[in-house]
Amino acid sequence: METEFTPLSSLVGGILIGISAVILLITNGRIAGISGIVSRILPPSIHRSELPQGLLFVGGLILAIPTWYFIDGGMPVNFVSNNYLVLSMAGLLVGFGAVFGNGCTSGHGVCGISRVSKRSIVATSVFMTTSFITVLLIKHGLWS
Amino acid sequence: MRSLITLITGLIFGIGLIMSGMTNPAKVQNFLDLFGKWDPSLAFVMGGAIFIAMPGFWLIQKRQSPFFEKQFYIPNKRELDFRLIVGAAIFGIGWGLGGFCPGPAITSILTGNKGTLLFITTMLIGMVLAKSLISLSDRKKAI
Repeated sequence: METEFTPLSSLVGGILIGISAVILLITNGRIAGISGIVSRILPPSIHRSELPQGLLFVGGLILAIPTWYFIDGGMPVNFVSNNYLVLSMAGLLVGFGAVFGNGCTSGHGVCGISRVSKRSIVATSVFMTTSFITVLLIKHGLWS
Repeated sequence: MRSLITLITGLIFGIGLIMSGMTNPAKVQNFLDLFGKWDPSLAFVMGGAIFIAMPGFWLIQKRQSPFFEKQFYIPNKRELDFRLIVGAAIFGIGWGLGGFCPGPAITSILTGNKGTLLFITTMLIGMVLAKSLISLSDRKKAI
């Protein structure tokens, strides 16, 4: 499925993400890494002190779709595969990998690079490489 | 006040993800499909976010503390380790397979899409598994 090149809305969306990360750091002193925020409020070791603010941030994320609907009058166009086996595998790998590697696209890719953290720059290069290879294989190789 | 700000901060993040196209797995996979229907849009997302966050973070860290806490909670580990590399590699494979990363997946929960809900469920399971494994190995090290 082809998608349209949207440099302007992607740039504005990125700027909003950057603004949010800046506000979270100056108010709560925390890095806007979604896997970090979510995993800290999951078992087996729930950080009780982080629970209220973590839940509020996640609540804000979840309210974005209804807010978008209210402003825009339509749902965003999201094309999700209906291959449930692949999606559940993908979810497992994303969740495990993000927590095991201390970050995801937001924590390492946006915030870590913005802090010029060596660990995040390396992690981002690694996950970009394996994601490029994975898509290469599924779209042009083994499973296509 | 603090609670309202945190909620709105999450909301801004989510709107940013939707507007940028990150919540659309097809768009993410096309960004990662360098040799196919390559859609470079997502480079602009990262570019825009870093363009704001890099100078923003630099300025903020000149402060002693954030508004609502006594200190900043910024990762202080410097050295590369096995977990970082292996975790990032696994994360990338999952991201390529599903086209979702954690933020956009959670943001999309109210679309009610079955595949999305399934992804979120297994993602949370994966997170709990990784947390358990890490605390298990930390305990072993302590012994």
